[in-house]
Amino acid sequence: MASDLSPVLECRGISKFFPGAIALDAVDLALYPGEVHALLGENGAGKSTLIKCLTGAYRRDGGSIILENEEISPQSTQDSQKFGIGTVYQEVNLLPNMTVAENLFLGRQPTRRGLISQKRMLEMSRELLAEFGLSIDPSEPLSTYSVAIQQVVAIARAVELSGKVLILDEPTASLDRDEVELLFSVIEKLKARGLAIVFITHFLDQVFEISDRATVLRNGRLIGTRTLANTTQTEIITLMLGRQLEDRIQDRAPAETGDTLLEIRNLGRRGMIEPFDLTIRKGEVVGLAGLLGSGRTETANLIFGAVQADQGEVLLEGQKIALRSPREAVSQRFAMCPEDRKSDGIVGDLSVRENIVLALQARQGWFRPLPKSKVNELAEAYVKALDIRLASLDMPIRLLSGGNQQKALLARWLATNPSFLILDEPTRGIDVGAHAEIIALIERLREDGMALLVASSELEELVAYSNRVIVLRDRQQVSELKGDEITTTNIVRAIADDPLAEAV
Amino acid sequence: MIRSTHWPLLVTIATFVLAYTLCAYQYPAMLSTRVLANLLTDNAFLGIAAVGMTFVILSGGIDLSVGSVIAFTGVFLAVILRDTSIHPLFAFVLVLVITVSFGASMGAMIHYLEMPPFIVTLAGMFLARGAAYVLSTDSVPITHEFYDTLQSLYWKAPSGGRFRLTGIIMLLTFAAAVVVAHRTRFGQNIYAIGGGLSTARLMGVPLARTTIGIYATSGGLAGLAGIVFSLYTSAGYSLATVGVELDAIAAVVIGGTLLTGGSGFVAGTFFGILIMGLIQTFIVFDGTLSSWWTKIVIGGLLFGFILLQKGLTWATTLRKKPATEFAAQS
Repeated sequence: MASDLSPVLECRGISKFFPGAIALDAVDLALYPGEVHALLGENGAGKSTLIKCLTGAYRRDGGSIILENEEISPQSTQDSQKFGIGTVYQEVNLLPNMTVAENLFLGRQPTRRGLISQKRMLEMSRELLAEFGLSIDPSEPLSTYSVAIQQVVAIARAVELSGKVLILDEPTASLDRDEVELLFSVIEKLKARGLAIVFITHFLDQVFEISDRATVLRNGRLIGTRTLANTTQTEIITLMLGRQLEDRIQDRAPAETGDTLLEIRNLGRRGMIEPFDLTIRKGEVVGLAGLLGSGRTETANLIFGAVQADQGEVLLEGQKIALRSPREAVSQRFAMCPEDRKSDGIVGDLSVRENIVLALQARQGWFRPLPKSKVNELAEAYVKALDIRLASLDMPIRLLSGGNQQKALLARWLATNPSFLILDEPTRGIDVGAHAEIIALIERLREDGMALLVASSELEELVAYSNRVIVLRDRQQVSELKGDEITTTNIVRAIADDPLAEAV
Repeated sequence: MIRSTHWPLLVTIATFVLAYTLCAYQYPAMLSTRVLANLLTDNAFLGIAAVGMTFVILSGGIDLSVGSVIAFTGVFLAVILRDTSIHPLFAFVLVLVITVSFGASMGAMIHYLEMPPFIVTLAGMFLARGAAYVLSTDSVPITHEFYDTLQSLYWKAPSGGRFRLTGIIMLLTFAAAVVVAHRTRFGQNIYAIGGGLSTARLMGVPLARTTIGIYATSGGLAGLAGIVFSLYTSAGYSLATVGVELDAIAAVVIGGTLLTGGSGFVAGTFFGILIMGLIQTFIVFDGTLSSWWTKIVIGGLLFGFILLQKGLTWATTLRKKPATEFAAQS
């Protein structure tokens, strides 16, 4: 990376406000030609907002974007492309029904006497793809190629159209290792050509592998920019998670717990999560730690049957059980509160009461309705027990605050009296008071002998209630912390340390 | 290797060849150029309308107004030639202007008001049919010497088949449409919109221009089909060609175009038309079968082709090429 050059693109004090929230608070970003610049931060940190301001998808509320010493204000993606800023997203924005060549040249096809010359188009496509180290038949439809190839085609198109700045938004999220190599070889070639590349990903290993510098955002604020050669993963993770990572001695439940409830052997799914073993006892909280995309949610979904495993088995109290769907999981008295309440959890227009009894009713079967008195009794009991604040049980659940929605969701699953409860990010997006209450509730459930699996990005929270913490990275279980080992520092270390590096 | 996208087209052609062979086996007379010439003449108006429908369906839309527009065109021509003394050629130009702008305004509504094509063209269907009724509720005969001249134009094949002007117009329409679909930016943009509207927008396809162009083309071709139909019947009748849009859709689907848009060929529609005409001809030759058997066979064929399309989509997703194979090559 050459620091004596002037930046090709410079953002100064970019701000973006949404009603009731500051999405970006005076963020600076400088991109130099020939550098790969990683943009890092957990969900909601403002990465995509910043990108959208850059590409004209959002109009910024403050700050300036300077491209080669000239201030620009792109109004649309098209517009930013003309300025020289191209973007490639995780889900490829090309047309699967058209051929590779047609995708590369759509809107600027080579013509002869007013008609498109297919022959020339194919030739030009082959040449263009060869520059990216790809020798594929451009007359085949795009959909016949893997996502990695499609990514490279998308990059080729973006670079052809813009050619100064290339933004890659989670390009590797659905690629396997070999495909990532292919993509990285392309990125290296572009770097050599002097493009400035913004690389957004959740995989820190990849950041250190390919990037020169990294900018970390948190809660819409710029936390810092680091040259990666002079920094460690631990430092970057600390910046991202943003805690004063001091160890605190927690008085937590002793490590000895009840009988084994659930034994998972070699459960996994290709391309999603590496096979893992996991034993969960009654009266135990197992925490799942890891960065976003490390496989936390995937683990939870697999155990609940929301996604089918393609290998491995699950034993419940010594008996082998099938988990092909959430329905089967529920019938084994499993329960799960998903990460995204709005899309996977609450039914917004149904009343709080109906939402609470939903899972219990589903398990009973819809032809044996719960008696109305029972429904009221249950709903009232849980509203009281969990201190859900509402005006009436009949109000639509979407009118409740985030914390109260989360508690109502918990009530829904607690009403089914589960023996095993999976919580995915139980405290995301809720206020501090509700936060503490949910943690207290988790501890109470544990004392009552329930087995819990909690996935969370809040390390302190995991430290507070977990008997054991499983650390995931790159879709693999890398470490298990027990008893006094469970400290935020140890978790961060486990997330950051590369086990491969130790082996070498 | 044959490309997966070409499979539906090949199956359509194979179906046609097989069906023709079976027909010819039973009735050797069906091999004559006379049958072939009549196949083209009898289906000329449907074929022309189906070309427009192919563009519409390729873009992921639907045009239900086609049959009504054909009937309106016929009645309009009959009435204007009866009541005024303008030359038929001028009347043709006039009616094409009307139908193109009719299609264009439907396209504009679909694009700017973001309405589903189904509803907009359904409204168009009632409007055009109603306009035909307003002009005349009776069948109006067309008697003009220019019509007689046009109708007498034909090329006589050695064994007696008469290839009439209308059939030639259909063939020219198909030829032009193939060029437009594959060799112009407009054609490529149609495929792009059919592949995904929002993606097409992101890739810089001019949506407004293309959408309006697609429905204007379909309207204009329905107008041309109406002119051909009036040459075929020498009359204009507001109750004619009811449900022709559905026949056109059937021909397009049998021709291997995906109803969801983005995949298919104009040439496929041509063979779709021939297959449908062939069934009709076979029933005429047989003489004992009810003509409703046409509908039953077409229904069966449609089911078959829908299953085929599903199967092909499924097969292509199964054999995606791995990236590593290519990484190794590079």
